[in-house]
Amino acid sequence: MSTNRDLDVEREMHRKSRRSFLMLGISATAGFAGWTWLTTRPEVGGLPYPLRRALELNEKLAERYFKEARLAPTFPREMAREPRVNGAEGLPSAFDPLAWRLHVLGRGEPRQLTLEDIKRLPRVEMTTELKCIEGWSVIVNWAGSRLSDFAAEYHSGTGDGTPPDVRHRPRDLGRYVGLETPDGGYYVAMDMPSALHPQTLLCYEMNGEPLSIEHGAPLRLITTVKYGIKSIKRIGRITFTDERPPDFWAERGYDWYAGH
Amino acid sequence: MRTLEKKHPLAIRWFHWVNFPVLLLMLWSGLLIYWANAVYRLGLGGSTLFQFFPEAFFEALGIPYRLAEGMSLHFFFMWFFAINGLLYVVYTLLSGEWRYLVPNRHSFREAIQVALHDLGVSHVEPAPRKYNGAQQIAYTTVILMGSGSLLTGIAIYKPVQFAWLTQLLGGYEWARWEHFWLAVGYVLFLVVHVVQVARTGWNNFRGMVTGYEIVTVGIDPRLELPNSDAPAEGTTS
Repeated sequence: MSTNRDLDVEREMHRKSRRSFLMLGISATAGFAGWTWLTTRPEVGGLPYPLRRALELNEKLAERYFKEARLAPTFPREMAREPRVNGAEGLPSAFDPLAWRLHVLGRGEPRQLTLEDIKRLPRVEMTTELKCIEGWSVIVNWAGSRLSDFAAEYHSGTGDGTPPDVRHRPRDLGRYVGLETPDGGYYVAMDMPSALHPQTLLCYEMNGEPLSIEHGAPLRLITTVKYGIKSIKRIGRITFTDERPPDFWAERGYDWYAGH
Repeated sequence: MRTLEKKHPLAIRWFHWVNFPVLLLMLWSGLLIYWANAVYRLGLGGSTLFQFFPEAFFEALGIPYRLAEGMSLHFFFMWFFAINGLLYVVYTLLSGEWRYLVPNRHSFREAIQVALHDLGVSHVEPAPRKYNGAQQIAYTTVILMGSGSLLTGIAIYKPVQFAWLTQLLGGYEWARWEHFWLAVGYVLFLVVHVVQVARTGWNNFRGMVTGYEIVTVGIDPRLELPNSDAPAEGTTS
């Protein structure tokens, strides 16, 4: 009677349990095996290659979604603060700002520029958030020239004799921009759309003062569309290229794109 | 007498058990990231009640200096977290399961009764239903928190391309703050959830794996007639 029935219920539950828990066990084992596989693959730039590949897929999506017209918010000038000095890679103590020249490399003849050449370009001022990859941010007032104005004026040519049209055919200059400190100790890579973004500046002033040595004098990059790691101080060389330039932190486990 | 009763559809069991390790990995990689700027605390003015987190906590778990690793894991598993969560929501909407999950006008009062009962204050048993009021509120809230994590996450992941969203959430700094506290919320949810599951017992837990629960039902006099021993299979649909 009802006890028999209860027994049948127990038996049926037992059968279902065996099947379901077996499935759970197999899935958990597969998940754990997947995790072990993922974290033990050979490394590319300090990351197991599947994770590096995933960052690159995220990059492709982000690049497709990116629009030059989207701007980071700007703030009232009086909200600007002094950013902390973070990282001294490529900034050895011995440096003579007066002897400094900016080397421009590309498909044509290399060029050498002075700070006056940069200051001759339209001056742009903006008060924006500097967003560190560590997770903090600070509002700073910057002044300098747009990298896009710089590229239009001082590119080293397209290589085939025709002048590049930075406004309408940015790819004329190549797909990437690489920037390095004079000693090559720090270097960053930018995709061309981010490099030509209106809030990507070659800066020579911070909070109304000429750049100090520790903040990257005489010329540094500031971009709102990347983490602060890309805003390289003391630029010595700018290269327009089709080859993906090396990037200091991307060789140490970070995202090459690091885009906002 | 006792009978088998279908409780959780297969799809929901899969969403649940996929989400469990993925959520843990998101919390873990989130901690690896958070360490690099561990500024949040509980406190008033200058006095701090609790700092998130004490240095010893980070040290004990081996968290320091793993920011790059944390980011790569976070930006990998975010896809699993988002897609699994979206599929869950779509499934509950299409299947009608949402009817059991979304709180109604009685849920809040019932939730208080459940809380009093579970804390041992009251002896009024909650109505035996798939999800009581407290569960409805908890499970719906955690889904809203999930969407909150996605939105605040996007806001700090691409704060320029989604500047409108970041601004809507109060700006870059606030969005990071919100993202953090949602994560704390998951941990609280997880603790209460595991304790409640442990208290409710094996039959209920097994239900989330097999989909079935054994329930004791009132004796139907017809079944007490002789020769009515139909096979159990027939009564367990």
